[in-house]
Amino acid sequence: MSILSMSKTLFKNLFHGPYTTLYPIKPKENFERTRGKIGITVDDCIFCGMCERRCPTGAIKVDKSKSSWSIERFQCIQCNYCNEVCPKKCLRMENQYTSPANEKARDEYIKCTNTQSPSE
Amino acid sequence: MGNRTVIPFGPQHPVLPEPIHLDLVLEDETVVEAIPRIGYIHRGLEKLVEKKDYQQYTYVAERICGICSFMHGMGYCMAIESIMDVKIPERAEFLRTIWSELSRLHSHLLWLGLLADGFGFESLFMQSWKLREQVLDIFEETTGGRVIFSVCDIGGVRKDISAETLKKIDNIMNSMEKEVKEITEVFLHDSSVKMRTKGVGVLSKQMAFDLGAVGPMARASGIDLDLRTTGYAAYGKINLQPIVEQDGDCYARTSVRMREMFQSMDIIKQCIALIPDGDIKVKVTGNPTGEHFTRVEQPRGEVVYYAKANGTKYLDRVRVRTPTFANIPALLETLKGCSLADVPILILTIDPCISCTER
Repeated sequence: MSILSMSKTLFKNLFHGPYTTLYPIKPKENFERTRGKIGITVDDCIFCGMCERRCPTGAIKVDKSKSSWSIERFQCIQCNYCNEVCPKKCLRMENQYTSPANEKARDEYIKCTNTQSPSE
Repeated sequence: MGNRTVIPFGPQHPVLPEPIHLDLVLEDETVVEAIPRIGYIHRGLEKLVEKKDYQQYTYVAERICGICSFMHGMGYCMAIESIMDVKIPERAEFLRTIWSELSRLHSHLLWLGLLADGFGFESLFMQSWKLREQVLDIFEETTGGRVIFSVCDIGGVRKDISAETLKKIDNIMNSMEKEVKEITEVFLHDSSVKMRTKGVGVLSKQMAFDLGAVGPMARASGIDLDLRTTGYAAYGKINLQPIVEQDGDCYARTSVRMREMFQSMDIIKQCIALIPDGDIKVKVTGNPTGEHFTRVEQPRGEVVYYAKANGTKYLDRVRVRTPTFANIPALLETLKGCSLADVPILILTIDPCISCTER
């Protein structure tokens, strides 16, 4: 039978200082593989719609006629499936999370198809 | 016979992270009967298999539970792989074993913290969860997620672990072993902790067998039941002995889990030493036809996955039998005759995971 068996650990912790970090002042550094949010290089996108069909939550919408790719950030579960099936590899998983928001909104990316210069 | 009183316990109670309701029938301070009611957080995940194709469902299966998510995903993938007769690469088997054992480690550390919180030992609770944080960091570094990993896939795993990271994990396991030993002293030898756990809620071997207890609950009552000995994933290639205690009380259940943590660290080190080079995934094409049962040992006990496929990309049926569901009858048996003050500790020692149970 022993009593005060925790005291050694407690004293160690007492003189060690906090194990946590002061979050907003000292931001957490994410790992390279951290699944934060999906990013897109829309200029490389061919709007094949593979990501839309494979997305388990239906967060992605692709409109070929308008050359637009959009994502509902709150629906996305960061599973990385769209990134894996993308034939052009224009999608990527970024290791930064989306910033908090008050309302749900769709992030839309539109490919600029007008190649004429303003003078023409 | 004294007056009987019915005290509702839950669904909202400080020791319960998730909602389960028990009607406790008391005679003075002693519990004579407990009537459970589950179903507060049913999400219909089994029905969802009709809407999501068999590859998308991997992500749904992982989200059945937030603690043993990797093993849910693995159980489902193993069932589909068996139906489609896919043999996964050896490296993927070892990676699955490493992640499974890391899951067990973080689940047991979480549970120890909750137990310490249950009997009011706040600093021990914080210490357990501090240790758990190291395991979560390994997960984030290797898979990209802290509790939902999305790495297990039909035909193997999606991400590899580099040799340097494996070395790093090995070092963390060595240092963690010392730190876990410190809290083992407190959980198993501290007199005030022992008073709360020793001799409380005894479940005999025969009773555990009759009521179908699984996992640490059965092993603490002397039943030698550990599905890892069946040799799924890479468990057949490593040295592993089930951990069994005979007393069947809360102390024995704590002891089984404590010893299992050291066993997990040992298995991870064995896997790191034995892991071969090679592919991590084979390409799976076509749709499954047939049905299969898979049994996987989770931190809480045996989980059964049944999948039935009809040749299209949507499965007919997926059925999950989770360990907490199997342990509830055993819990009700141990509650009979205990005092009201011991009820929270008894509920905690089955390591309840209600989200799994209700899916």
